[in-house]
Amino acid sequence: MEASEAKSKKTGASRLCCLCNQRRPVLKRPKTLQQICKECFYEVFEEEIHQVIVKNHLFKSGERVAIGASGGKDSTVLAYVLSELNRRHSYGLDLFLLSIDEGITGYRDDSLETVKRNELQYGLPLQILSYKDLYGWTMDDIVKMIGLKNNCTFCGVFRRQALDRGAALLKVDKLVTGHNADDIAETVLLNILRGDIARLSRCTSITTGEDGPIPRCKPFKYTYEKEIVMYAYFKKLDYFSTECIYSPNAYRGFAREFIKDLERLRPRAILDIIKSGEDFRIATTTKMPEQGTCERCGYISSQKWCKACVLLDGLNRGLPKMGIGRARGGVNGDHTKETKKLAKSIESKKCGSLDF
Amino acid sequence: MACNSSGCESGCNGRGNENGSRVEEVIVVKESVCVKCKCNEPMIFGDGGSDDGRFCSECFRSNIYGKFRLAVTSHAMITPSDNVLVAFSGGSSSRVLLQFVHELQVKALKNYEASRDRSLPVFGVGVAFVDESAAYPALSSEMGGAIAWVRSTVLSMSPPEKDLRVVPIESVFGSDSVEARDRLVKLMDSVSDETGKEDLLLHLKMLALQKVASENGYNRLVVGSCTSRLASHVLTATVKGRGYSLSADIQHVDARWKVPIVLPLRDCVWQEITRLRHLDGLKTVELARRSQSGINELVSSFVALLQDENPSRECTIVRTAAKLTPFHFNKIPETDDSCVPMATQRRLKKFNLKYDGSMTTESFCPICNGPLNESDSSDLNTIDGCHESDALYAACCSSCRFQILPLDRSSLEHFGSLLPHHMISQVKHHQMVDSQTYLREKIKDCLLVDDEESV
Repeated sequence: MEASEAKSKKTGASRLCCLCNQRRPVLKRPKTLQQICKECFYEVFEEEIHQVIVKNHLFKSGERVAIGASGGKDSTVLAYVLSELNRRHSYGLDLFLLSIDEGITGYRDDSLETVKRNELQYGLPLQILSYKDLYGWTMDDIVKMIGLKNNCTFCGVFRRQALDRGAALLKVDKLVTGHNADDIAETVLLNILRGDIARLSRCTSITTGEDGPIPRCKPFKYTYEKEIVMYAYFKKLDYFSTECIYSPNAYRGFAREFIKDLERLRPRAILDIIKSGEDFRIATTTKMPEQGTCERCGYISSQKWCKACVLLDGLNRGLPKMGIGRARGGVNGDHTKETKKLAKSIESKKCGSLDF
Repeated sequence: MACNSSGCESGCNGRGNENGSRVEEVIVVKESVCVKCKCNEPMIFGDGGSDDGRFCSECFRSNIYGKFRLAVTSHAMITPSDNVLVAFSGGSSSRVLLQFVHELQVKALKNYEASRDRSLPVFGVGVAFVDESAAYPALSSEMGGAIAWVRSTVLSMSPPEKDLRVVPIESVFGSDSVEARDRLVKLMDSVSDETGKEDLLLHLKMLALQKVASENGYNRLVVGSCTSRLASHVLTATVKGRGYSLSADIQHVDARWKVPIVLPLRDCVWQEITRLRHLDGLKTVELARRSQSGINELVSSFVALLQDENPSRECTIVRTAAKLTPFHFNKIPETDDSCVPMATQRRLKKFNLKYDGSMTTESFCPICNGPLNESDSSDLNTIDGCHESDALYAACCSSCRFQILPLDRSSLEHFGSLLPHHMISQVKHHQMVDSQTYLREKIKDCLLVDDEESV
């Protein structure tokens, strides 16, 4: 690392971008610490994503693809880059924006305004689904009832299903989300810390749910969060950068900070964690839960009722603790993993971003 | 909980009273009786541990020794005909390890003397201490004292006698100590990454231990890696992109080396070990090594933070990693040794360690000896008969390439010339893998013509 720093210093002295050798460098690329100019940054940033898409055969020509759009930096950049690449490399995709309105006053209503502007800016049709319509509850209502503890469990479970329902509504073939390399590295670590071998084995795959109705993929799997911010900043993209009011900053914990520390020490550590996650020797015979459908709503579920229905039932019956952590008495009995509760305190995925 | 024992006097039977008995248990603890034997006074260590003040010293000790003994017997780590070398650094873990191995040996000796036919011999124990002063010049002043302390510690143990071998780390480069020292310094200086330096030194240390073990007829190398240490290793390996080889490092047995390595303290956490050390009044020597500032240190402090937040975190981490598929060499190679007691053989069957034969690898990184993933070693075949330095690059795992090999490919050759012979010979072996030459090498003595063309 020292050597590469020395190298970049050298190029800094000559005052030329170390990729094109023509323009003045204006930024130090977070992934490689190369000092490069804006134009070269755009090019490598977009080209890397293009390569990921091509190498992993993420899309087929003629497919309808929904972009999970929260109005945050990741999904805004994703929408922008994807529509750009679709045009430039003729992917032949029909792109849509899909937003979920959780009903959080002072947060989601503002961010949805951003998405609505993006709809016009990028010319992508937008579909908004609200928790209120789907479940009859807004997050504001839920928080009023259960308080600020465990509310993210509801939000996460509901969003996952809402996205699938929205995708079905749009009749899309795929759903792309803006999860970046930092998110995935963090998930790998969290799964190690909580001992979840099943999730550890699948959290690094770029496409998930291929056996389900709508596969999801993550074109930003190898893209650093910092570079996404940088891209949005230099391109002056219109995005919403407030954190969810129900998942305050204190909630973001150890793992995220640890990854940031690692990145400072060795930028490539994030990619190395993902590589480790891909290379782990996990026996394919490890028992995976059987996939079935929910008896109540027909959504995929490994239990009698899907998680959303269990939570919803609890809310409607005035027993909001049902289905959370080790609480007993749910329809599916005491099936929820206690490890989930343990991991709560170190979980840092903020509520505004989309669930895996 | 308290009602499991038949001697429960609280008279509770059934779930209704469960709460009642739990209350009683709390009171019992307050009255200061060990929760296990319920007669002795519990030990209070005052280190803020969650189970502080629950066990008496005897129960505490037998619990940890039990974990050690279970690991040893269930994995056939030490059998009567063995001659084991204990890697002793002077720190807490290895001090406790030495004590435990000693106790096991004393017991074996007692049994031997008591048995009529004396069929089972007593295993032999040696102790190895690696002198790292060549790598850390600041240590040279303390090292003399440390070695004297190690010597007196080993000498003061009751019979059977244990051989002590002090191994200078530079011995991996050859017997000429001045030249070897020089080469070590040059090698370390040519590694720019701090973490890479630390790791390379660890690999050299292991090489030195292997060398002394195989040269002196030992057939096991016993190391004191505890759960906490392994938990840190799991995360550092993940962070360095070594996910594939990780599962090889954290098993009870690692037989990829000439002398198999065994980890009998794998299931004990650091806190237990330090507690036991205090309890037994075992002394340790702490050598002030260079302050670490790399990835390893960052991960250690992260794990310490997690452990503070949840006292079972380290165990969970190691347990997760233990679910990864181990390698075929993660067990003691089978022998037809009749000295392996039947009980051990039965235990091995019971634990039923399964190894996926299809997931075996044949090639190892010459520097860290980590098994290579197919994707890592794929570029091996593309390089054919070109420069030796390129072969070194191709033979290494991606992590060693990044943090140990020089960035500049032109200085690779020089770097390769500094590496110990053992590592380089492995590169040469790599080159031969899958090639005609390798096969030829094997049947050379039966070939009549030297020239390949004329066959």
